[in-house]
Amino acid sequence: MLTKRIIPCLDVRAGKVTKGVAFKGNVDVGDPVEMARFYYENGVDELVFYDITASNEKRNIMIDVVSAVAAEIFIPFSVGGGLRELEDMRRVLLAGAEKVSIDSGAVRNPQLIKQGAKAFGSQCVVLSMQVKRVPENDEIPSGFEIFIDGGRRSTGLDAIQWAQRGVELGAGEIVVNSIDQDGTKAGYDLELTGAIAALAPVPVIASGGAGKPKHLRDVFVESNADAAIVASITHYGEFTIENIKQYLDSEGVAVRNTW
Amino acid sequence: MIAIIDYGAGNLTSVERAVSYLGFDGKITADAHTILSSEKVIFPGVGAAGATMDNLNAHRLADVLKTCYTSGKPMLGICIGIQILFDYSEEGDTECLGILPGIVDKFEATPQLKVPQIGWNEVHQTDSHPIFQGVPNPAHFYFVNSYYPIPAQPAVVIGKTTYGVDFCSVVARQNLIATQFHLEKSGRVGLRMLDNFLQCK
Repeated sequence: MLTKRIIPCLDVRAGKVTKGVAFKGNVDVGDPVEMARFYYENGVDELVFYDITASNEKRNIMIDVVSAVAAEIFIPFSVGGGLRELEDMRRVLLAGAEKVSIDSGAVRNPQLIKQGAKAFGSQCVVLSMQVKRVPENDEIPSGFEIFIDGGRRSTGLDAIQWAQRGVELGAGEIVVNSIDQDGTKAGYDLELTGAIAALAPVPVIASGGAGKPKHLRDVFVESNADAAIVASITHYGEFTIENIKQYLDSEGVAVRNTW
Repeated sequence: MIAIIDYGAGNLTSVERAVSYLGFDGKITADAHTILSSEKVIFPGVGAAGATMDNLNAHRLADVLKTCYTSGKPMLGICIGIQILFDYSEEGDTECLGILPGIVDKFEATPQLKVPQIGWNEVHQTDSHPIFQGVPNPAHFYFVNSYYPIPAQPAVVIGKTTYGVDFCSVVARQNLIATQFHLEKSGRVGLRMLDNFLQCK
């Protein structure tokens, strides 16, 4: 049986992880390669690196990080942040990422999804969406709107319609990040995730709001998410990947427990 | 030297990285002479069956692969590399290598069953084989596939996986082994299987 995936997200600025803190042992918590190795050895299913470097000059550092991770971590990982052109995607994939995650760049230029899928295959192209609840109106009938630029800028795009468009253009997976839930540790947005998972013929990855293992169980069982992104819940050592998987297993959720 | 066949499919560099991590000399190549003089051959990758066969034929590599097989050279196919071994693939109505009798069919998508399958699924070893040495049974491996092989000879199946249907995820015959999943992206158990192949005589 296909298992539900747990995917830690590492925010990287100029080659350093911005949120890494309290791993046990001798882990340099600022080093994305060390954090990736730690997670890899502890049975994580996949990783996502988000490059939040502000300036373009420092983006080459991220390529070095990707190469270093790919040389010793043999599970899939995706890289996102600041990918605007096909060439940006190519560099990341050649450096060893399994997938690219495109977000604001895809909203500004939807053809980027199509070009990426054609050049590298849909399985390489992850469409990441920043979604916020707004009052329902003609433009946003679902009441879920797409935001870009780190959630600061509204777009007038309905999240449900954008997800459908993204799949039509060739996205192989969809990350649904709830701006409302992000950082709250109050759980994923089950309604939003469930609505997208119900219509998308591709895997849907929930993001934003994980505070305890039950939140992952809820989004897997109630919203039918295929994977869930975690950050602070595991970065700070509050829970280990193994803790979460044992809990999910006891709740009847299929997880990868051999590695 | 381990020849990693370059037929325009993706994901070659990750296989090369894994081979190199395990201490072997992998070389990505589409050159017939290099392939024929290598110790072992890996044909990996993601891509469509039609484009893959077109590429192999354009580089005159289909016959090279068949020669490698009949000469007894150890060969490992990964992902699209297992599918092209059979007679025929439903994907793009493609005639394949025909090294193993059988066809390749597509998963039927349902609201509960997304296609492609993307993620970690269990491989149940249905026969003992040196490629499984040190690998738990069952164990999880990373899959990305819309199509799956249906061998005509049940005896070549040594691993099975369930995704809507029970399908063949590992085949072996003589000097040939192939997996539907990505060994090079399947963590330590995947590396263990790859190492078993690289170490075999």
